[in-house]
This record gives sequence, C-alpha cells and structure tokens, in this order.
Amino acid sequence: MTTTHTPDTLHRILDHSSRADPYPLYAELRKTPVALQEDGSYVISTYRELTGILHDPHLSSDVRHLSRPMPAAEAHTTPSFINLDPPEHDRLRRLAMRHFGPPHTPGLVTGMEPDLTAVVNGLIDDFAGKERIDIVDDFAYPFPVTVICHLLGVPREDEPRFHVWVNAIVDSLDYNPKTDPKEKLDNGMQARNDLTQYLGGLLEQRHGRPGDDLLARMANDDGPEGRMTDDEIVSTANLLLIAGHETTVNLITNGMLTLLRHPQILQRLRDEPDLIVPLVEELLRYEPPVHIIPWRAAYSDISIADTVIPKGSQIMLMLASGSRDPARFHDPDRFNPDRQDNQHLGFGSGIHLCFGGPMARLETQTALTALVRRLERPTLVTDPPPYRPSPILRGPIHLHIKQS
Amino acid sequence: MGSADTLQAFRRDGRIVIVGASLAGLRAAEALREEGFTGSLTMIGDELGEPYDRPPLSKQVLTGWVPAGNTTLPRRRDIDAQWLLGVPADGLDLATNHVHLADGRDVPFDRVLISTGVRARPWFVEAEAALDGVFVVRTREHAESLQRAMAAGPSRVLIIGAGFTGSEIASICRERDIPVTVAELAPAPLVGALGAMIGGVAADMQRAHGVDLRCGVKVTKLEGDAQGHFRRAHFSDGTTIDADVAVVALGGIRNTEWLRGSGLAAGPWGIACDTGCRALDLNGLITDDIFVAGDVARCPNPIYEYRLISLEHWVNAVEQAKVAAHNMLSAQADRWPHLSIPTFWSIQFGVNIKSVGVPTFADEVVVTQGSVPDHRFVAAYGYQGRVTAAVSFNNAKWLDHYRQLIETAAPFPPPCPTPDEPADAKPVPVDFPSPKLLAQGATVVVTGHDPGERRVTAAWQHHQ
Repeated sequence: MTTTHTPDTLHRILDHSSRADPYPLYAELRKTPVALQEDGSYVISTYRELTGILHDPHLSSDVRHLSRPMPAAEAHTTPSFINLDPPEHDRLRRLAMRHFGPPHTPGLVTGMEPDLTAVVNGLIDDFAGKERIDIVDDFAYPFPVTVICHLLGVPREDEPRFHVWVNAIVDSLDYNPKTDPKEKLDNGMQARNDLTQYLGGLLEQRHGRPGDDLLARMANDDGPEGRMTDDEIVSTANLLLIAGHETTVNLITNGMLTLLRHPQILQRLRDEPDLIVPLVEELLRYEPPVHIIPWRAAYSDISIADTVIPKGSQIMLMLASGSRDPARFHDPDRFNPDRQDNQHLGFGSGIHLCFGGPMARLETQTALTALVRRLERPTLVTDPPPYRPSPILRGPIHLHIKQS
Repeated sequence: MGSADTLQAFRRDGRIVIVGASLAGLRAAEALREEGFTGSLTMIGDELGEPYDRPPLSKQVLTGWVPAGNTTLPRRRDIDAQWLLGVPADGLDLATNHVHLADGRDVPFDRVLISTGVRARPWFVEAEAALDGVFVVRTREHAESLQRAMAAGPSRVLIIGAGFTGSEIASICRERDIPVTVAELAPAPLVGALGAMIGGVAADMQRAHGVDLRCGVKVTKLEGDAQGHFRRAHFSDGTTIDADVAVVALGGIRNTEWLRGSGLAAGPWGIACDTGCRALDLNGLITDDIFVAGDVARCPNPIYEYRLISLEHWVNAVEQAKVAAHNMLSAQADRWPHLSIPTFWSIQFGVNIKSVGVPTFADEVVVTQGSVPDHRFVAAYGYQGRVTAAVSFNNAKWLDHYRQLIETAAPFPPPCPTPDEPADAKPVPVDFPSPKLLAQGATVVVTGHDPGERRVTAAWQHHQ
C-alpha cells in the first residue's frame, strides 16, 4: 500500500521556514510516492510516478474538473492553454507556437542571442563602482523582463505597473483557504483582471498594424487554423508575460547561488565556457525554478503505483522532488554538470512541457556566462539568502554578493 | 585461470570483430569502448565511407534540403578501430573463429557482433530493374541518384509499394509538386504495419494531397524506351501509366546469405538470438561468442509471447547495439536483456506518425484520443483484451503513457474516458493481410535419432 496520511511533510514544505532547503523534506515525501492528504488531494513525489502521470491522458489541467472547486483566480478570465486540456490546449498552443519557434518561426530564439548578450552586458556595466550587488534586483529580474517585454511588444517602461500585478498573481497561486487571508486571493484576482485589461489595451493598438512582436503577430497573422480571438490572445500574452520572467529570474539566481556555493565549478566555467550547456541542464535538475505543479485534476480514476486516485481529485506534482529522486539519478544531491543521463523535470514533461524552455535555457546560459566572466572574485554576503514566499516558483528574493 | 580472470583478459586484450558498419555496428563499437574494452576492434562493412544515418534518406535528402553526403552519423566518442570497408563478409567459421571476407582475407576474432542489416528488395525482373529511372532507396547513393532524378522535373513518379518508405517518398513528390502514382497490392497504404483502420486514414491523406493512389493492384511490367529509359508501367488490372521515374519500395532483404553453412539460425527472417543478443545456432542452442544487433536480429520478446521479432527501426538498432556490446564484455550474471518496447516514427504529408509496441500483434484497434478527420489522434491496439501497441498521428507526446499500458498488460480497450476522447470510440477489428510469408516452406529438418546426434540442418542443405 503506497497511500498513507502524511499531512505534516507537505505542510512543512509549504511553510516559508523550509524555503531555503526543502530537499530533505522531499526525501521524506518520496517514502510515499503517492500520498493521500487529509483534504482528499494527492501528492506525487517520485520520478517514476511523476513521469507516468505527466503523460497520463486522464490527468486534466482544467480546474473545472475538480470535484472540490478551487479558489482559482483563473475562473474569472479565459483560461490560458496551460490550464486547458486537448483539443483546446493543443490548438491554442499550436497557434501561439506559430510565432515562437519551428517549423513556422525557426531561428527566433537563436536569433535573440546578440540582443540577450547586449542586455546582459549593459546590466553588468552598471555594477561598476558598486561594492555590493543584488543579483536579483540588479540583474536576474531586469534581464528577462526586458527580454519578454521586447518579445511580446509590451513597453518596458510599464514594468512598475505590471510588476505589482504579477507579484499578486504569483502570490495567490499557493492560496490555501485554511491559512491565508481571503485578501490574498482577492488581490490575485484583481491583479489578473488589471493585467488582462492592460494587455487588452495593448492588443487593441495592434489590430490592422502588422509588426514583429508577438502581440502584433497573433493579432494579424492568419494560419491554416485561423486566428485567435482577442480573449485568447490576451490570455496567451498573460501567460507568456508571467511565465516568461517569473521563472527565469529564479533560474538565473539559483544558478549564481549554486556556482558561488561550488567555487571549483565556477572556476571551471571560466576556463571551459562550453560547460555552460550541461551546467544549465544540471541546474534545472538540481535547483529548478518551478518546484510544484499545484493543481491538476483526475479526469477519470487514475491508477498509479497501485493506488487509484478517484475522479475529481486534486493532484499536486512535486517536480523538484522527482528530479532529486535517488531511484532515478545517481547521487542526486550533488551538483554535477558532467552528469550524462539527465532527463530532469525542470521543464515538466508531456504536452505541457515548458513552452519557453528554449528561451529560458539561452537566457540563463548567456546570463551565467557573462556573470562568471565579468565578476571579480564574487562572494556571497548571506548564505542562505532570503527567499520569496512562493513554494511553487521558488527562488531567493535577494542575492547579495561582494566583489573584491 | 578462473572465468573472471578470463573475462578481465578479454576486456583488456581480446579481439572483437563487428560485421556490418552502419548504425548498430557503430553504436556497439562506441559502447564497447565506453564500457572499457581496450582490445582490438575491427569494423567490416561492404560500403565505402563512414557509417551514415538512413531515416533522412527518404525524407530531407529527397527534398534536396540535406545533401546525401551530410548524413554521416555523429561520433559519440573515439572508437580506435581498424576499418575494413568496401568489402563484404562472405562466411563465418565457428570452428576456428574467423570471418571470411569476399576478397579472400580471414579475420580472426574472440567475439563477433553481426549487424549486417537489410538491403533493398530489387524489382523482380532484372532487365526491368536495370532501366534508367528505376530506383530503390536504401543507401546514400540510392537517395542521391533519386534526388537528382526528382530535381530534373519528371513528368510523373511511380512508387511501387505503399509502406513507410514508399509513402514518405510519395509525400515528398507532392511537396515538390511532382505528379505521383502509388501502387499497392494491399487495400491501403501502411496496412501491413498498422492495419486496415489506419491504412484508411493514410489513403485519405495521400488522396487529399493529390497522390494517384491505386490499391489492390500489382505492377506487372516496367517498360523502357529504345534508349533503355523507363517510360511506362503495366498493372494487373490491365491499365498502364506513363512515368519517367519508378521507385521500387518493396521492403528489404536481410543480409544473411553470407552465413549459410555457418550453423547459425540465420535465414530470410534474420538471425535468431536470445534477449541478450546472443545468436542461436540451427538447433536453437545459444552461442556464447556470437552476438547480433539491428535490422538483421530476430529477438524474442516476452511481452509478445516470446515470439522472435525482427524490427527495422532506428531505435531498436541503437538499443540492441548497446545491450549486445554490454553483454559481450560481461559475465553471465551481469548480462542485460533487450526488453524495450519498440518505437518508430515517420513523417509524411505534414503528419508526424509515431508508434510504440508491435501493432501487428493485435486483433482490435480503437481511437482513444483526438480526432481522426483532423489527423490528430492516438489509436490503441489490443490483443485478446490487453493493450499491445499504440499509434499517434500528430499526437506523439502521449505515447509514453501507452508504453506503460503495454508494459503493465493493461486491459483493452482502455476503460476510462479522457478529456479528448472521440464520442464514437469503438474497437474495430485490426484486419491485417494474411501472414502468407509465415507459411513459407520449412527452413530446417531434424536429423539423427539419439540425443548425441539429434540435430537440425538447414533445409536447403538437406535438399541439395
């Protein structure tokens, strides 16, 4: 029997005091690969079971299939494809992908490389004369924001406006009716409406005016499957704007933190720049930016590891735990950029495999390469650094370093 | 010396010969070095030039997008081998452990890996096969000449055989706006591999893209002009078509003739082996030093009732090579079985077709996800109430789930609804053409009467 009641471990993971190092708790969780919680939801924490369920067509991403309604902010807006199932998910993802990658837009991501390098170097130039640098505020946040704004066609100077909304939305992702004030959820919903309205305004300006940014392309380009509706474009833009920087900021920051904790690997990266490619893959396994997929629904009864998860149940996928599963990865708690067999869950798997994965990889490779090359003997000011509240999108809220 | 010492000595100083220098052979060589084999390694291949990749030959090479010369297989590591290329092997002597080469040389070995693969089945009338404009597609040279013929702007291409290769080439003809006729003896394309239901989808796809598809007919004669160039084909229904290129896509012939007389269980179906890729001899005894991998291997699969199955799939070649290489260097208790569930892919008419399992091992098929009219769906295959295979059209990301269903002998039809289940999903008979090939004559006869002399010999030897 793999099902037991282990309420404590999950709650300890969700508690902010565990944010700096949740990994021992994940190990505890993995003793019960499919763990039934008191509230009737299921937590999946082992690699084999996670990959199984990520490819299971009976798993739904649409919260409307939960028997116990979620207090989800999504309910009031058109869901973006991340919260939809096939065939709608497939259609919207395909329509968005037309403008983002192969086969219709090959070379988009690789073509961004010179711009990414320029942005990164500009930010590092501004470090000059500073004794203390906050890798988050001075670098890892402004970099992907600049990139996603440019790509989508969102004015960079509007960042202070949408920053507040995005924070409130991310904050509401892990809303728990038992412990959180309802205000947190309301703020999230309000922020989602504000962001939707804001993006809708930008979209309106694009109609009939073809351009290179994604909003203009989605608004004006007709493929064989037609055009997205305005609501669909706005919900897609919503998703891409949030996911396009809220995750990369953590990946870059986690990367710098990991390198500073492994000075020999940092030195190796200076000497062998090609190491960056497997290093970022290992980072996605070892310190991924997305730790949890919080609410998937069982569309039918799902049978996994001899446990039947009844239709309508909420399922929580502990991706970061799966990527540290010793049954799958040799010596999983060691950061080893030379790792050969590294099929991590950093970008998820299956039909919802991270849409922005190729861009996140290139951004992080560019960012870490430049930091390592240009920082003079950097050291951490505080270890562990302070963490952001979210257990889902996990990363330091500040990462102060000194140069000598 | 104990057996552990013998194995150590073999890993250090042994002689391994790989006959067949293509995908399986190269990957096995790399794996041998990866696992620490430091002895001598000899690669024997009948083609000149480095090992190359075949899937692009019927796809990107024919569009002209990738030159045939650019399909060289990437080297994953240095293999430090002696290469004997451009000369085929023509015999294997198990008594003295030598491979004979067609040029008269003998190559000694301690262990040998056979990965001689498959060659194209030529048109059955030699004089007609020799006409200018009649092609097969198996090697890099084949693909190169066909690509040249297609670039010259033929008035029409005739493709004989609508299996995967024939269908992929038909797709490329349409992509290049070349009129194409496809002739298939079965009632639909891909029927032999995927059954009648999927065959029907494939037929719709071809016709929707303007292919002149003719099923249930046989090409009886390829006619040339005075200059010896192919001009016209005659069909069994009495009709003819004019075309200037004919592509014979009638599958392959396994390269086992060179093993006649070797005593191995080798024949037109391949070389029988165990799941550890060790070859069986004619009597069904396992040999210890002879290994087999790739298209030419016939390996039992416990999931499919231990039937000996040979697969001409890229992934199968890679996985068998790895298992064979490991087992060549390992003691009995450390050997691995080759148990992976087969997979393959094809791309045609803009549709990515992918399969997991053995679709021919089925009596029923049901569409479980998506929409057949949109050419985006998954179909599950079942045999006597359990799932045995699945095929996806533009829906490949789900196949891992079906692999798990196959591995766990999950019930067929899969009982639970999915969000995108078609409303009218009902299992239908899979309907493969009758397996006439399996009814071909005996390959061995039993000789002797007491246990010491009771053996089998190859039927062809017996009849001589």
